[in-house]
Amino acid sequence: MHGRKDHSPRITRRGLMLLGIQFGVIGTLGWRMRQLQVEQSDQYRLLAEENRINIRLIAPERGQIFDSRGVLVARNQPNYRIVMVREQAENVEQVLDRLARLINLSDADKRDVLEDMYKRSPFLPVTVKQHMSWEEFALVAANGPSLPGVITDVGLNRNYPFNETYAHLVGYVGPVSERDLSRMEDPDPLFQIPRFPIGKTGVERTLENTLRGSAGIRRIEVNATGRVMRELGRDEATPGKDVQLTVETGLQEYARKRLAGESAAAVVMDVNTGDIKAMASAPGFNPNSFVLGISNAEWEPLRDSKYRPLSDKSVSGAYPPGSTFKMAVALAALEEGLLEPDETIVCRGFIELGGRRFHCWKRGGHGRVDLDKSLEQSCDVYYYEIARRVGIEKIAAMARRLGMGQEFDIPLSAMSSGLIPDKAYKLRLFGEKWKIGDTLNAGIGQGFVLASPIQLAVMTARLATGRAVLPNLVYSLDGVPARRTEAPDLGISASALDYVREGMYSVVNSEQGTARKSRIADRNNLMAGKTGTSQVRGITMAQREAGLPDKDEVPWENRDHALFVCYAPYDKPKYAVAVVVEHGDSGSGTAAPIARDIMMRALYDGEPPLAAYPPAERNRIRAEQERARAAELATQQNGEGQ
Amino acid sequence: MSYFDGSGRVPTGFAKVLYLNWPLVVLVVAVSVTGFLMLYSVAGGSYDPWARAQMIRFGVGFVAMFVIAFIHIRVWRRVTPIVYIFSVILLIVVYFFGTEGMGAQRWINLGFMQLQPSEVMKVALIMALAMYYDWLPREKVSRPFWVAVPLLLTLVPMALVLIQPDLGTAILLAAGGGVVMFLAGVSLWYFGAALAVAGGLVAAVFISRGTSWQLLKDYQYRRIDTFLDPSLDPLGAGYHITQSKIALGSGGLSGRGFMQGPQSRLNFLPEKQTDFIFTTFAEEFGFVGSISLLAIYTAIVVFAVVSAINNRDRFGALLTGGLGATFFFFFAVNMAMVMGLVPVVGVPLPLVSYGGTAMLVLLGAFGLIQSAHIHRPR
Repeated sequence: MHGRKDHSPRITRRGLMLLGIQFGVIGTLGWRMRQLQVEQSDQYRLLAEENRINIRLIAPERGQIFDSRGVLVARNQPNYRIVMVREQAENVEQVLDRLARLINLSDADKRDVLEDMYKRSPFLPVTVKQHMSWEEFALVAANGPSLPGVITDVGLNRNYPFNETYAHLVGYVGPVSERDLSRMEDPDPLFQIPRFPIGKTGVERTLENTLRGSAGIRRIEVNATGRVMRELGRDEATPGKDVQLTVETGLQEYARKRLAGESAAAVVMDVNTGDIKAMASAPGFNPNSFVLGISNAEWEPLRDSKYRPLSDKSVSGAYPPGSTFKMAVALAALEEGLLEPDETIVCRGFIELGGRRFHCWKRGGHGRVDLDKSLEQSCDVYYYEIARRVGIEKIAAMARRLGMGQEFDIPLSAMSSGLIPDKAYKLRLFGEKWKIGDTLNAGIGQGFVLASPIQLAVMTARLATGRAVLPNLVYSLDGVPARRTEAPDLGISASALDYVREGMYSVVNSEQGTARKSRIADRNNLMAGKTGTSQVRGITMAQREAGLPDKDEVPWENRDHALFVCYAPYDKPKYAVAVVVEHGDSGSGTAAPIARDIMMRALYDGEPPLAAYPPAERNRIRAEQERARAAELATQQNGEGQ
Repeated sequence: MSYFDGSGRVPTGFAKVLYLNWPLVVLVVAVSVTGFLMLYSVAGGSYDPWARAQMIRFGVGFVAMFVIAFIHIRVWRRVTPIVYIFSVILLIVVYFFGTEGMGAQRWINLGFMQLQPSEVMKVALIMALAMYYDWLPREKVSRPFWVAVPLLLTLVPMALVLIQPDLGTAILLAAGGGVVMFLAGVSLWYFGAALAVAGGLVAAVFISRGTSWQLLKDYQYRRIDTFLDPSLDPLGAGYHITQSKIALGSGGLSGRGFMQGPQSRLNFLPEKQTDFIFTTFAEEFGFVGSISLLAIYTAIVVFAVVSAINNRDRFGALLTGGLGATFFFFFAVNMAMVMGLVPVVGVPLPLVSYGGTAMLVLLGAFGLIQSAHIHRPR
């Protein structure tokens, strides 16, 4: 027996120890129960009575958003509403009928209100109507005595006075959703308030914590059934902080109007500070529709449109930069010492490499091309050749130095990092080796290369200044100016930058320049730039031989993207502008005039003088300006008439 | 040795019914019925939305418990590796494809119910460790290498649960694994060392606050502050604890009566159908009720541990002891939490709180305990 016990696999000793520990814990629990429920019971009974003092949250006022000149672009508007308490109304239907004689209240509205009211406790207020005009509201208030149970009440609603103009940039708020809450680590107690507004997109979303403010507390006494008896005290809410942006409303509005009709984006940037002066994406939408929750009928077309009005193309659109990428390639070659600016390369319209033909956009070729001419006329063969010399790694490094392939620290959501490919990237994503053809395609900003409009603007600003300029969107928070430091030097040699700038000058100002039609005639405000027309689909040999089809025969989705980047004044740069028109067909024809017009608005801070436009365009511009003035006058007269 | 059966035979067929640990079955039913009553009460005297669903799940789980009990414990030992590996895979799946709720990814939607793999893992881990120590020769249990293996078996699911993030379940997994190792006879020095490391970690957490190597996020520190002084956060977790204590204490000796708790009625209480359901119970049934519930829970634990001590099959003994201890941790942590003894971590009150997976898994675990009991060597 004794021997057997030694080999017994039982766990008796440890089992009893465990039981002992468990009894210890259980004893503690029992002791705590006694303490709470027997010894301190009277005290807690008292607290339970006091618990009738309930806590309600007071919503803070959301911070407002201003432009750089102090114009309000997101504000809080009073929301005039009436609520009704069933038990105070006595005859609810009769009161509602009287109300319907004063204000516009449909039978369906009345039914909803009645249903709502009988579902809830008799002492709980039910919203009858909100967003009333001041006239209606005043009428109800004045008739108070004959409307028992009807209470007038003023809430706050977010409102965007410029409607579409800031739809993407400022974004909008909407009622907080389960999804919003699940993304938060530690949700603000304010979000327990049903339909509390939360920033959904743009600055409203990214600066949500700054704008929101913090809750106040209202202590109220409730009786045993939960009815509010009286208010005992309150700690006021702390309002959210105001935000001032770097954008300028006049310019922003002009940019939006100038892009109208296209699926496009434009970015205007101060090249010295990096301040974004305007950033527009078209088509847009009215953010005010989202504030109270948008209807499906309104939302579905926005969601399904092939022009993607909901997306902010200026930061989240990624496009092949096409020829606007050539500055980066040229700079890489110059910095590596693999290219002399006056060296000429012969363009016969194509170059053959590894049994494949790479075509220049100009069928007959450009003949002898040096650096200046290569930019001025955007010769592709020239860039095939120097891209081959430099190699993709050096090109990629230069593109990144110029601001591409990265996200910027500005308060906007869904920012695209674009794509600057290298050998490791292709191997990682496609499991294929990098081919020389890939380098050639990258040399003209096609193939894998992708950039967003804001990246193109940053690149242009960096080319113009030689400094590592970074974009800024916030001018000040709660009156405190954002900290800004001068951008460090890029470390690219001044001579290399000058050669590239001269090429960009020729693009706009020389007889042969691709953007000559879109130059600025004012000698004090000369512009430099670069056109880009990037293919969306490859062109087959057969198509090329058959001749390229006319623009109007190509379906919209297959047309080329149109791009233009520029800065001005040439000798003392102030602004950089980047414009991308999706499927706009031609950089020089579509994007350059838009960019030039926006640039002039920025340079002259308002309507530019006619003399600053090239002679051939003055008639068109004069007509446009007159039309704009007439429209403005009409709205003013309308305003006075009311 | 009261459980020793003189005949020395393991029962077969329907005879097994007679050899069930019937007192344990009765206790489990008693606790579950308490749960139905409370869910009925917190819904304001309605079977919906909670009580009816809970009763259906209990019915399913109760049948499953008997089926599991009648299958020989040998079979359960044999399928243990599959159960463990399957549970780990489920935890990985939930990380990638799970449904988010309350900021954590915890559920897999099976269509007819929401499966919570971390609950299944609690049982699977105990089974795996019991099997491990059944296989391991006893003289090896305290050798470092053979201690590292079960530690790894515990840490893998713990890590997967922590990234969900679900601190409560991670703690329960660690405790469950620790108990099996303790029962298996691992040297007490290891436990001393583990306690010292845990203590050091807690100290590091506090010392690191505000420094550059701060270990927890700011909001987690705020939760600790709230636990130490609930008045700091009168609207958040502190409010919950304060309200919970008020409801409990105001229940007094005999309680306010079934469905009569003003605190619960007035919606002062948070999560009243899940983690904080004990508060409503204590308010309505008072000290007499809560101490009785504690006694029933205690009896269940005692039955499990006594059954474990008397089982000469090492797998069965360790499994029973481990599952019993997990059950113990469930109710002890939950009660300590609502009574303000430990910080609020998400641990439900076993068999009472509303929750499908937890109910099914707990009944399944009692099935395993019964199987080990019926088929124990005589």
